[in-house]
Amino acid sequence: MLQREGRGLDLFEYQGKELFARHGIPVPSGEAAVTPAEARSAAERIGGTVVVKAQVQVGGRGKAGGIKLAATPDETEARASEILGMDIKGHTVHTVWVEAASDIAKEYYASITFDRGEKRPLVMLSAMGGVDIESVAEEHPDKLARLHVDPLSGFHPHHARRLCYEADIDVGAMKGVIDILIRLYEGFIDLDATLMEVNPLIWTTDGRVIALDAKVTIDGNALYRHPDILALQEAGTADPQERMAQEKGVTYVKLDGDVGILGNGAGLVMSTLDVVALAGGRPANFLDAGGGSKADEVVAALEVLLSDDKVKSLLINIFGGITRCDEVAKGLLTAIEQLGATLPIVVRLDGTNEEEGRAIIKEHAPANVVVEPTMLSAAQRAVELAKGM
Amino acid sequence: MSILVDTNTRLVVQGITGREGAFHATRNKAYGTNVVAGVTPGKGGQDVEGIPVFNTLHQAVQETQANTAMVFVPPRFAPDALYEAIESGVEVIICITEGIPAHDMLRIYTHLKRGNQILVGPNCPGVISPGVASVGIMPTQVFQPGRVGLVSRSGTLTYQISKELALLGIGQSTVVGIGGDPIVGSSFIDILGRFDADPDTDLIVMVGEIGGNEEEKAADFISEHMSTPVVAYIAGFQAPPGKQMGHAGAIITGSSGTAQAKKEALEAKGVRVGTNPTEVAEFVKEHIG
Repeated sequence: MLQREGRGLDLFEYQGKELFARHGIPVPSGEAAVTPAEARSAAERIGGTVVVKAQVQVGGRGKAGGIKLAATPDETEARASEILGMDIKGHTVHTVWVEAASDIAKEYYASITFDRGEKRPLVMLSAMGGVDIESVAEEHPDKLARLHVDPLSGFHPHHARRLCYEADIDVGAMKGVIDILIRLYEGFIDLDATLMEVNPLIWTTDGRVIALDAKVTIDGNALYRHPDILALQEAGTADPQERMAQEKGVTYVKLDGDVGILGNGAGLVMSTLDVVALAGGRPANFLDAGGGSKADEVVAALEVLLSDDKVKSLLINIFGGITRCDEVAKGLLTAIEQLGATLPIVVRLDGTNEEEGRAIIKEHAPANVVVEPTMLSAAQRAVELAKGM
Repeated sequence: MSILVDTNTRLVVQGITGREGAFHATRNKAYGTNVVAGVTPGKGGQDVEGIPVFNTLHQAVQETQANTAMVFVPPRFAPDALYEAIESGVEVIICITEGIPAHDMLRIYTHLKRGNQILVGPNCPGVISPGVASVGIMPTQVFQPGRVGLVSRSGTLTYQISKELALLGIGQSTVVGIGGDPIVGSSFIDILGRFDADPDTDLIVMVGEIGGNEEEKAADFISEHMSTPVVAYIAGFQAPPGKQMGHAGAIITGSSGTAQAKKEALEAKGVRVGTNPTEVAEFVKEHIG
């Protein structure tokens, strides 16, 4: 769901595994590759049978054919060329992770996340890993051990032991699992993570415990103290409008519809999407120019919106608080003129100096811009205009 | 007459010499709030529009008997300012700062709950008791004195609903922006409880949105512990489904968190939920006549 906490930074498996390794969590030896030739030389260095894994941030990549075994460097190159460029649920594969294949005796599940209801970190452990853990949680809740951690006193070995016994972890694997849980929690704190998830955490036939997957999300608000992680953010993955919005510092999420939406403040923008849907329309996006939007932020936001050619009409819904509506109106006029916007634009201005703001638009705006007095009437009008009515 | 901020409020502003801090401290004072002090390390002895500035919060509280602190400090220094505020003993802390790391808030929250102080925010627009006092960044002209309490996770949406209420001649006892972060000092329940105990609040408007399960918890609290009627609004029915990494989050929240689940939880406990801000105001009008 789109939530307001500032978007966290989701890492790819190979990035997560690099961080795991740095925190002393055992992972199979491996290398990232962006071409089949790179994958081949990675396989040569790793030696033996390898696994070629598509690096996408979406579940179900195994079923989609994004994870393949390869016995030789030749095979690795062939599998990598099949997987690179593959589309998995709308995500294009740009990178594969080539790692040594493991002999699995048992698959477990381990995670640490924020339980915002309890306002504590939650550590979960299960001996039924490797599968859809959400169904395990639902059908066999007793098979998923859970423990909330006091963030001031921290996570200690006795916590890890308790989880192991409650989750029925095999005795031979217990020492390795305890060690990994402690290091995971250390990483969770050090990295300002909001999620550390390992599924599966495996016990190998030769008795080692290894993280075979790594899902890590870093708190967006904390990235300033992790410049190395910030640098991992791949600019190339975002949609062009989303990338542009990121550069301009506005929050934008693309949707399927044709009514472009611009508002200030996340709550008001969400409410605007709802009202447009109630009026029978389909929002083209979520765009929050910020609660205290100044005129130039509105201009930047408008530029992002107009770059999406699916948009048939625009609804601009601004509540002027500290920012005065007349300033916003002037900013809008400048933007519409500069960007040469010709599509129908419905403007709703409310709040401080609303009368002055509306008057400015009515007097000076080109004919494609209409002013509506309320949020409901503005949504109705924008929906009609998108339908060519 | 109101909750959290009133004529007894003696406000100290942490970060008062910053651009935003100075602007809003001055506005709060002009509205009638008793702003007794400001704090910026290294700027003690100066003043901001007649408000004396101190080097430490400790000194400011000692010399001015401030009982409420507003935090306007940039995010990387805000955790320190919050610990300082807790240690100073002020009764109410209102944190406007946006962008505080979640791990810092987890620790601050746990520390705070070992005592009896109240934290509103972070990442919130503040608290206003119309006609009495305003602490924060809310546009005061949107509100008018009245007997409806308002509690919200959103800023501009709060202003929108207040405006709709004003069009029907309805004012507010107090408006509380609790903030949109995953970890905030006061939840809906904390504020609903205070409004319920306030003899001058006849009805409460609760403005929620997708994410978390605080609205669901509030639904239970309203039916089990409250006598004051509540009207609700939930934003985000059309909110885009984002990519969710991993399954741990889904295991905790289950189906809660969506706008639909929140609406159903509230309606199951007899709370009316408006489909848009205008309808919310109409429901309020029907209740209080």
